[in-house]
Amino acid sequence: MEIVMCFVIGFLFMAAVYLMLSKSLLRIIIGTGLLSHGAHLLILTMGGLEGSAPPVVSHGVTDYADPLPQALILTAIVISFGVTAFFLVLAYRAYQELGTDNMNLMRGTEDHD
Amino acid sequence: MKTNDVILQTTTKIIFFIIFLFSIHIFFAGHYTPGGGFVGGLLTASGIVLLLLAFDLKTVTTALPINYTVMTAIGLLLALSTAAGAIFFNVPFFTHAFDYFHLPLLGKQSLHTAMLFDTGVYLVVVGVTMTIIQSIGADD
Amino acid sequence: MINLLLFPILLPFFFAMILMLFPKKILAQRTVASTALVLTFGVTLVLLYKVKTNGIQAITLGSWPAPFGISMVSDMLSVLLVLSSTLIALLVVWYSFSSIGKDRESFFYYPGILFMLTGVNGAFTTGDIFNMFVFFEVLLMSSYLLIVLGGEKGQLRESIKYILVNVISSALFVVTVAYLYSVIGTLNMADISVKIAQIDQPGIITVIAVLFLLVFGLKGAIFPLYFWLPSSYAAPPIPVLALFGALLTKVGVYAIMRTYTLFFTLDQGFTHEMLMILSILTIIAGCIGALAYFDVKKIIIYNIIIAVGVILFGASQMNEAALMGSVFYLIHDILIKGALFLLIGVIIAITGTSDLRKMGGLIKTYPMLGWTYLIAAFGLAGIPPLSGFIGKLLIVQGGFEAGNLWGSILILLSSLAVLLSVIRIFIYAFWGETVEIKPLTRQHYRGLFMPAVILVAISVLYGVGSEWLVPYMSDAASVLLEPALYIKAVLGGA
Repeated sequence: MEIVMCFVIGFLFMAAVYLMLSKSLLRIIIGTGLLSHGAHLLILTMGGLEGSAPPVVSHGVTDYADPLPQALILTAIVISFGVTAFFLVLAYRAYQELGTDNMNLMRGTEDHD
Repeated sequence: MKTNDVILQTTTKIIFFIIFLFSIHIFFAGHYTPGGGFVGGLLTASGIVLLLLAFDLKTVTTALPINYTVMTAIGLLLALSTAAGAIFFNVPFFTHAFDYFHLPLLGKQSLHTAMLFDTGVYLVVVGVTMTIIQSIGADD
Repeated sequence: MINLLLFPILLPFFFAMILMLFPKKILAQRTVASTALVLTFGVTLVLLYKVKTNGIQAITLGSWPAPFGISMVSDMLSVLLVLSSTLIALLVVWYSFSSIGKDRESFFYYPGILFMLTGVNGAFTTGDIFNMFVFFEVLLMSSYLLIVLGGEKGQLRESIKYILVNVISSALFVVTVAYLYSVIGTLNMADISVKIAQIDQPGIITVIAVLFLLVFGLKGAIFPLYFWLPSSYAAPPIPVLALFGALLTKVGVYAIMRTYTLFFTLDQGFTHEMLMILSILTIIAGCIGALAYFDVKKIIIYNIIIAVGVILFGASQMNEAALMGSVFYLIHDILIKGALFLLIGVIIAITGTSDLRKMGGLIKTYPMLGWTYLIAAFGLAGIPPLSGFIGKLLIVQGGFEAGNLWGSILILLSSLAVLLSVIRIFIYAFWGETVEIKPLTRQHYRGLFMPAVILVAISVLYGVGSEWLVPYMSDAASVLLEPALYIKAVLGGA
């Protein structure tokens, strides 16, 4: 199972890098989303996939999953949710203001020679 | 852009309350089982987004005159003050307390200060999500 | 009061939320924000006293036993950093009154600063590696708000790059923490240190050390990873730039110092050697940048990169003199960078441009500004008895003790480059032909100039009174040098 997860994570990272290297701002944002998904899956896998029961106290269960990676992922998801949302708003504002979503055209500064 | 989505609008009027009630259920379920403020807040926010899709921003802001930034601030304050309550008892920050109470109608229930914290989370999530969606959707 | 060490984090957070309730009332915003910062500063002074007399303060949140809950640890290094960060934030807020403009002030500018201070203080105080990630995100989120606030075209364009770089580095942070957790099985920093020592730091830990260097290096702007910094920092207005330049990179530097002295101490031949080489390259790159530009903002921004290199060179030597020098230089740099950014802010406000070639002759109209700037510039370059001197002296002494002759000589040479780069500003802006300027009103000028003067005065005191500060600095360095002290404070007698 860990091996499969590793491939999935690798694939997510690969797609993320591909998307982030493209010129369209929207694709870049989707790329960052995929990147954080990959990172979250990595935490889950790295915590170990043993344990059959959810880590909630109930009678007669001894084989719990490790709750810590799940707590970490929840935190990381909330944060990446916030950042992605902010990034989307910013991209939208930048598109309105600059009239383009092409990173090539956003190069340099006005007053730079 | 004004369209006449009779089907969407009619169903939304019903579905919204179902989503809202379900989000409240999920929120309380988080006490001992999976669920909680974050998921509940997201569900509520998705309900409001459905309203925004069916009607326009102006109608929804008249129906729900909520300042979402203030809502976020109140949520954060609630969460922080629950956690900071521990300071007054000179125990480490974030220490929660709970006990069992006999409530009228409901019988024996456990009441937990984590609940207050989660209410804060719920308000923050709804507030932040709606602030973002409004700021994107405002100039259509 | 066992929760005292949390107050520098909680107070700004609390007041930031209060401020969010009435964004449009500018006068109330100003009063509440400055009250909050004064309070925070006072509490941090009390905390400093407590850390000095009672040793390291530690608390584990939620009454969990130590390695399981989130620990917050306040040792001398973190409390000194918290104190200087709060001071900078306070003076920047004062400076903002007369420079940032009503539009920004009524759009969550002060809550943004307070949230950022929450993140900065939290990152300095936390004793849990994942919690450090959370505080990094808090400060980054507020820095996103501050960098884009105002929505000018240049700001929008640069902030996209800034956010992209930081999102990638945050994802890498999560990945690194995941690796560390899978190998060590704990997130408490003291516990990690114990466990790594138990397994004698195998190769995989060294890989994780390099990953940490990558993550924090991206935030702290070390040699190959500083590429995003100059253009991003040049975009926002001066007070925000001062705050970023003084604090944000320092958080990355602090994180490198903490992890490389607490966790990865057993394979120094590789990790610390690499850190040293990178820091030297950072200094060289920074010097080239600082001498190349005619833009005052860019010159000082490249000086941030030089300082990062100098501090990390000290941290990589791992002996008492160098570490003490690093701590000295770290605090000095927070103060002096804040002061310099505020001063060039005044210059830019007077001349209306940041291009050196369009300035000149300011010494005739604003003599006080000129001499204050000169003192700050000498302080940055480390001319005795000003504040940069003692830190650099100790770092170089430590470098010689550790046998790194060339690195130490290079640091001494870099001082000359620093001096040249900042004196260039003095020569171009204050001497030379007088350029037509439109003078500021007296009140406006005083509002801009006073915070800068106070900061310069504090940095001069810091340099002159360094003898008096030595016990504090050696306390901070001793915790870095002996992880056992830190571990004992967090985990108890173990």
